Parts: sequence; structure tokens; C-alpha cells
Amino acid sequence: MTPFRLWVYLQTTPLFWLTATIAAFLVADALARAAHRHPLVNPVAIAIALLGALLKLAGTDYQTYFNGAQFVHFMLGPATVALGVPIYTNLALVKRNFLPLVASLLVGAVVAITAAVLVAKGLGAPRTVLIALAPKSITAGVAMAVTEGLGGPAPLTGVLVIATGILGAVIVTPLMNMLGVTDYAARGFAVGLASHGIGTARAFAVDPVAGVFAGLAMGLNAIVTPAVIPALLPWLIG
Amino acid sequence: MTTLLPPSELTAPPLAATNMAMIRGFFILLVFQLVGEVVARGLALPAPGPVIGLALLVVALALFRRWRPFDEEALAASDLGHAARGLLAALPLLFVPAGVGVVQYLGLLRDQGLALAAALVVSTVATLIATVGVFLLVKRLVGGWEKA
Repeated sequence: MTPFRLWVYLQTTPLFWLTATIAAFLVADALARAAHRHPLVNPVAIAIALLGALLKLAGTDYQTYFNGAQFVHFMLGPATVALGVPIYTNLALVKRNFLPLVASLLVGAVVAITAAVLVAKGLGAPRTVLIALAPKSITAGVAMAVTEGLGGPAPLTGVLVIATGILGAVIVTPLMNMLGVTDYAARGFAVGLASHGIGTARAFAVDPVAGVFAGLAMGLNAIVTPAVIPALLPWLIG
Repeated sequence: MTTLLPPSELTAPPLAATNMAMIRGFFILLVFQLVGEVVARGLALPAPGPVIGLALLVVALALFRRWRPFDEEALAASDLGHAARGLLAALPLLFVPAGVGVVQYLGLLRDQGLALAAALVVSTVATLIATVGVFLLVKRLVGGWEKA
């Protein structure tokens, strides 16, 4: 086999793109570590940029890529269940903050949907984009299911979900420091609600208590947002 | 020959036992996700299977503790503790495949990029501030009642 034909073969196999996904992430994470976990050097964003460039160079479509990467994607389910362990360990802290948690959950979920849809609508985004935007603060699988249920483009929601996650993970530390918020339960809860698992990963990197509350917010918002959207969206889109 | 091994090598469990621990921990997580999926679909709940699985895991740990008490360290050292910690450490990696989907939307991003970027930035900042604000406000109110 010539090197060229070998490459043509390799870039269609799940093995190649699975390996490339993990390689890109290891490079991105090494960069983030070298930058002392500076919020702007987000490993998820860097890994996505590296893989996007590689797909472009190789002329590979997303479906071929995902055939390999789906093994990583699948782990999101068990990882969500795994959040139960740190949440259980901190159950006393969660119970102590029960009322603040419920109140901020309801307000935060409504603000996330309303602000995104109204700003995009004001800037002339079409109806399908507005539908895809509405559930962008909750975890990818659930958000995509919500958009599909409303007849919107689910893959676009997937991209907006990841973008929101990265954005929240980048903004949260400087924003909370600027506001002078030192309560890590509150900081974590906010970033988990606004930016699901990527925000939760950032919160765990900053403080364990923030991580627990972020995971809790992510789980609870995955229940509240799908329940709120059908009532809120017709009213917002008009 | 065994006398040359450091004591830790002699007391460590055989390799097969450590490997099984990882598999057992992962199995527990998968079972809870599966049960969560069945409950979510069966009862037509608005919440997704993994979130129901998370809730069931917390409840199961609380019940298990009543039956057979364990502390935080024991949980961390358990099969489940190992598997959960390993997966959560890899959490950022797990979002990469869905994020690479952006390559399918480069055209839309050119046309609607400004509207989308503005919507995401404004909404994320507003959500962070609203959530943290309400959380701290209600915490202060509750604290006030408790002291009064």
C-alpha cells in the first residue's frame, strides 16, 4: 500500500478519528496547563479548533468524523450519572442551600432562554435559529431533543450548546471576581446553570464545592428548561 | 525473588482485582443510566435518562448508607468512587465531538454570526448575574429569618 492509499483508508476509519479526538484534547489540555488554567485558554475550544482544521485539511465530513468520535460522545451519559457521587458527598451543603438553589434555578432558566431569543430576534435571526437557540444552556443531548421536538435544527442546537458552555467557562471567573462574589456554592451553581457540563468542568477545576453545585445546577436545569420552553417560546417568538 | 519487591508490591491486590474494580464501577454507572432511561421513557418524564439516573444514584447511596454505614473516604475508595472520579476528570474531553459539529454550520455562522454571538454573550452574562444574584439574595433572606 502506498502512503497515500494508506491515508485514504485511515481517514475513513473510526479508529483514526477517535485517536485524533483524544490527541487534540491532550494537546489542548497541555496548553491550558502551561497557561496555569487561565480562563481564556479553554481546552474544549482549542481541541475543537484543532480538529475542525484537521477535518478541513483532510477533506473529511462530520459524519465520518463522528463515527469514530461517538465513543467519546457516548460517555456523556455515564459521566452525568457519575455527578451523583460528589453531589451525594455534599448533600448536607445542598440541603442547607435548598431555598436559594430553587429560586435561582427558576429565575436563571427563564433569563437564559428569554435573553438569548430576544437578542437574536432583535438582530433579525430567522425563526428556526431562534428555536435552536432557546435550550442552549442545558446539556447537549437534552437540548438537541428539545429542539427536535419543536421541529427545529437539532445539530445547530448542539453547536450552540457547546459555544455557550465554552463562553460561560471563559467568562465566569473574571465576572464573579469583578462582582466580588466569594461564595463558591453560588458561583458554581450559576455557571452550571448557564453553561451545563463545560461550565461544571471549569467549576471543578477552580473549587470542589463550586463543582458540586455546578453539577447540581446542570442536572436540575436539564429538567426545568425543557418544561419551561413550550410555554415561553411561542410568547417570545410571537 | 519476592524478597526484592517493596512491601507495597506484596500487599497490593493482584492486577486482575484492580482491573475488575474499574469495570464494576463503570457497570454501576451504566445500570443507573439504563434504569434512568427506562423510568424517563416509561413515565414520559420531561427529564432525560442520565439525569434521572443521577437522582436515583443519590437516593440509592442514601438508602445504602442506612443499611450499611460508610464514610466519605470509603465511598471515594470504592469501585463506584474510582469510576466516577475517572469519568469526571475526563468531562471536558467528552464535549469535543459535539462541538466539532460547528464545521457543518460555517455558512450559517457567516450569515448569522453577529446575531448568534450577541445572543450567546448577552444571555450567558445575564444568566450568570441573575442566578448568582438570586442565590445570594435568597440565602441572605433565609439566614435573616433563621437568626430572627
